[in-house]
Amino acid sequence: MHIAIIGNGISGITTARWIRKLSGHRVTVISSETTHFFSRTALMYIYMGHMRYEDTKPYEDWFWEKNKIDLIQDHVTSINFDEKKLILNKSELSYDKLVLALGSKSNKFGWPGQDLDAVRGLYSYQDLEQMEKYTPGLKRAVIVGGGLIGIEMAEMFHSRKIPVTMLVREDSYWDNILPAEESAMVTRHIKDHHIDLRLKSNLKEIHDNGSGAAGGVTIAETGDKIDCGFVGLTPGVSPNVNFLKEGPLNIERGIVVNKYLETNIPDVYAIGDCAQNSEPVPGRRGIEAVWYTGRMMGETVANTICGEKTAYDPGIWFNSAKFIDIEYQVYGDVRNQLAEDQNTLYWEHAGGQRSVRINYMKNGGAVTGFNLMGIRYRHEVCEKWIRDQTTIESVLVNLSLANFDPEFYKEYESDIIELYNRQENKQLKLKSKRSLDKVLRFLASSKA
Amino acid sequence: MTLIQKIGIILFIIALGIFTLSLGLSEYKLTEESLEVDSDYHKTELIQLAKEQGILNKTYNSNIEFVSTFKNLLKDAQASLNAKAEAGIPEGVQEWNYKIGDWKVNDSDEYIFPNVKAASTGLLPNNSGLFFWLTIGLGILGGLLFILPSFNLIPGIKNDGIYHSSMTRGLKVNPRAFALGATIIGVLLYGVFKMNGDVFWPLLTALVIGLIYYLVFYKQGQKELTPAKSASPIHTGWLGVITGIYLIVFYILLYWVPEYLTNWVLLVDPISRSLSGNPASKWFLYGFLYCLVVAVMGIRMIAKYRHNKYQIVRTISVIFFQTCIAFLLPEILMRLNMPYYDFKNIWPLNYTFFFDYNINNLIASGGIGIFMLVWGIVLTIVGVPVITYFFGKRWYCSWVCGCGGLAETLGDPYRQLSDKSLSAWRFERWIIHGVLVFAVIMTIMVLYTYFTGSRNILFLSSDSIRGWYGFLIGAGFAGVVGTGFYPLMGNRTWCRFGCPLAAYLGLVQKYKSRFRITTNGGQCISCGNCSTYCEMGIDVRAYAQRGQDIVRSSCVGCGVCSAVCPRGVLRLENASLDIVQRTTQIRTNHIAEMSDTFIPIQ
Repeated sequence: MHIAIIGNGISGITTARWIRKLSGHRVTVISSETTHFFSRTALMYIYMGHMRYEDTKPYEDWFWEKNKIDLIQDHVTSINFDEKKLILNKSELSYDKLVLALGSKSNKFGWPGQDLDAVRGLYSYQDLEQMEKYTPGLKRAVIVGGGLIGIEMAEMFHSRKIPVTMLVREDSYWDNILPAEESAMVTRHIKDHHIDLRLKSNLKEIHDNGSGAAGGVTIAETGDKIDCGFVGLTPGVSPNVNFLKEGPLNIERGIVVNKYLETNIPDVYAIGDCAQNSEPVPGRRGIEAVWYTGRMMGETVANTICGEKTAYDPGIWFNSAKFIDIEYQVYGDVRNQLAEDQNTLYWEHAGGQRSVRINYMKNGGAVTGFNLMGIRYRHEVCEKWIRDQTTIESVLVNLSLANFDPEFYKEYESDIIELYNRQENKQLKLKSKRSLDKVLRFLASSKA
Repeated sequence: MTLIQKIGIILFIIALGIFTLSLGLSEYKLTEESLEVDSDYHKTELIQLAKEQGILNKTYNSNIEFVSTFKNLLKDAQASLNAKAEAGIPEGVQEWNYKIGDWKVNDSDEYIFPNVKAASTGLLPNNSGLFFWLTIGLGILGGLLFILPSFNLIPGIKNDGIYHSSMTRGLKVNPRAFALGATIIGVLLYGVFKMNGDVFWPLLTALVIGLIYYLVFYKQGQKELTPAKSASPIHTGWLGVITGIYLIVFYILLYWVPEYLTNWVLLVDPISRSLSGNPASKWFLYGFLYCLVVAVMGIRMIAKYRHNKYQIVRTISVIFFQTCIAFLLPEILMRLNMPYYDFKNIWPLNYTFFFDYNINNLIASGGIGIFMLVWGIVLTIVGVPVITYFFGKRWYCSWVCGCGGLAETLGDPYRQLSDKSLSAWRFERWIIHGVLVFAVIMTIMVLYTYFTGSRNILFLSSDSIRGWYGFLIGAGFAGVVGTGFYPLMGNRTWCRFGCPLAAYLGLVQKYKSRFRITTNGGQCISCGNCSTYCEMGIDVRAYAQRGQDIVRSSCVGCGVCSAVCPRGVLRLENASLDIVQRTTQIRTNHIAEMSDTFIPIQ
């Protein structure tokens, strides 16, 4: 059997690797972006000079041939689903099963000037090359959109000492995802780095510099014009499915799949950013364009293709990011607006760069989510607490189990308990300091 | 870069320039008073010949000319005394006291270096205090001016521009391989010359190198695994290359021809006299510079990682052990007429520990000497395995060790240059364990000779194996390649490929230790920061992205992988439980738990 995978991002590559682990099927991965798989999340570090492109590749180049995973660097122009054939720029390729891991493209909302040169998102290796190309002599960059990629791009230019203006639609950075306090913390941090953050600001238009490239922008609200040599468009991403829209594939925003990641066409699957789950598990979105879900979908679909039909189970939500110097981790369900039936315990360090938020049910006290800024918590422990519906008080007295900060770091668990005691008029005490032995025993134990 | 930093770097370059040029700022005059030898017969003969040849009291402007003149004089005196000895040595005089032994002519540290130093006169020797401040003093000032302003930056990972900098981005793989090959061949050829034409050891070494190459490429199939991960930057960083050459030349001069470095030793003479009461040797100079570099660059390390308490504590620890335990304490012991002893230096890194002269010296020094002897043996046999069991090899390699201390401070800007390819890992395992075997065989032979008095085992002489080990491993590998190649192959070249103690600690760490790096569930995004900044060339990401805990014999526990991780994935930990299970199972893959049909990636 020949399995063709379009896209060599984390979803497509995970699929290929797991198919290889589970079977001897022929596997071909096609991508026009780069010959080899690299970590998209690390693009920023290449620009910042932390790493070379080479270092972002998780596997050495010989890995693919040794594991008999064929790589084709070419662009798929169309797919003939009836004949099970891919039409590439340079050739054609027949398949028995097809996995679409097409990824995303940066959103554009019809702004005048959005297709000028020196106007880019940050998603692909080519985007990075464009940023690099316009960097020499760049006096200012304007970034439109305040999500994770926006702040990454801001940090990138900032690392090269290029002044940055960020236009953010919201009242505070990423406050459609982050609760108010965390959002305020990141907003402060951005300003501490002397990044010109303009909140409640929308882009009106991008001006041509006279030679077909961006020369400045105008802000809708104020009419201010800002001169710049580069415009980063980062108002989110959407599934990269345009070239398939005219075909028989059922596409809404993304390629519609069932819980087995099957599309409406037999033997064709869609995973990762481009897939839209028609029946997502409660509390989850149909399209989740993050690294971790791409990896899970890749593994799931590989099982199904290799004969063990497996439903996609994204597990308990988790994610992470880094806002310049502030690390962020989330486990479970933490929204910007607290749900009616939930309470929240929010502790913030006096320095204003660390915080811990624990959400729990008003009724019964089961914890539902952890939001960490500048503090590392253990994935496995938090997940187990959430899965087991452990109560907030039981979590608090054992909170050291979750601490994942490096050795010698100050441990704030007692401060968090003290805050809870004050708020709830309780007398809880931390059971013990952190210890890996205790963690491992806890993880091995069944639900208390 | 702030203005202060720019001034700092300019001052540092000026200081380094004066320091380098200062090697030529002496004149040399051999006089009866300056001549330092340990036999009156030698002295009389040398003075006699020097007079005849018109050398005595003549002023030489050039160091090179004087050294060569003095070496010839020494050879002439040796020949002349040998001839006289033919006619008969005076009654009651030992032969070694009458004739000049070969080692006194060949080994720079015996007669050549002290006499060149003693004959120095003129601008630098007469103004050594001034020059101390213009070189070392100004260098420290410049370094600190460059480093201290970075305490003003917002704390966080500061790796911006490392691969853009000519100083830190490394050089292309082919020139790097050429530099390494040329250095190895050069050292081996010099070895033949140094060992008076003995080709056995150089040939054996070349044979072993060839064997390792064969094992890696043909036995382990590395030849099929191409292309390997490249370590080349896009453009070679020439500043780094120049820095590497400077360091390499420094080590070659220091180890083998220190008579050309006498002016530097003169700069630190007063400090040595005030500490131990003795004039400075080249080792005093080296130790003094070593401590300064570890301290100043340690401050840089603390500034860079000041948000990370593990790094701060660890850096203070290496500065303390280097300056106080490795440098000051032995000097003070000397002042107290006790044996020179570095309490934290452990066999087999301290390969001279079981040499006859060291054992005899310690035994002859009474109670304190016996204590030192027992301390050294207990550290090796009990200390290493027990402490490593509890904390991993990091307790030594990145907290205590001097080589580690230099690597973690001076070497920190170069940690990203370690080769992460599988082939490098394969070379590493053969080479480092090979050196351990070499050290053990050498020590067994030396001890055999110590206890039996017999100098040969089969056809091998314990004197020659010990001499060759010191030359090849102690000087060539640890110094010239180990440190000289910081800007070319990363800061742990010696620790990773050569240190026999690291190999020993690593075996304990791998097979019986509570230490591991835990990975945080599924949070890894495979970005590669951890692997890039692993100075030991461990592909940390390969484990992290599968959610496996990491136990690797080479890991020195520096903690930088954990520090640079943008997603909080890695943590250095000690525990007694589940170490095997958690290093083999794959935990990021959420459905693996439900099915046992999965096989680990090969």
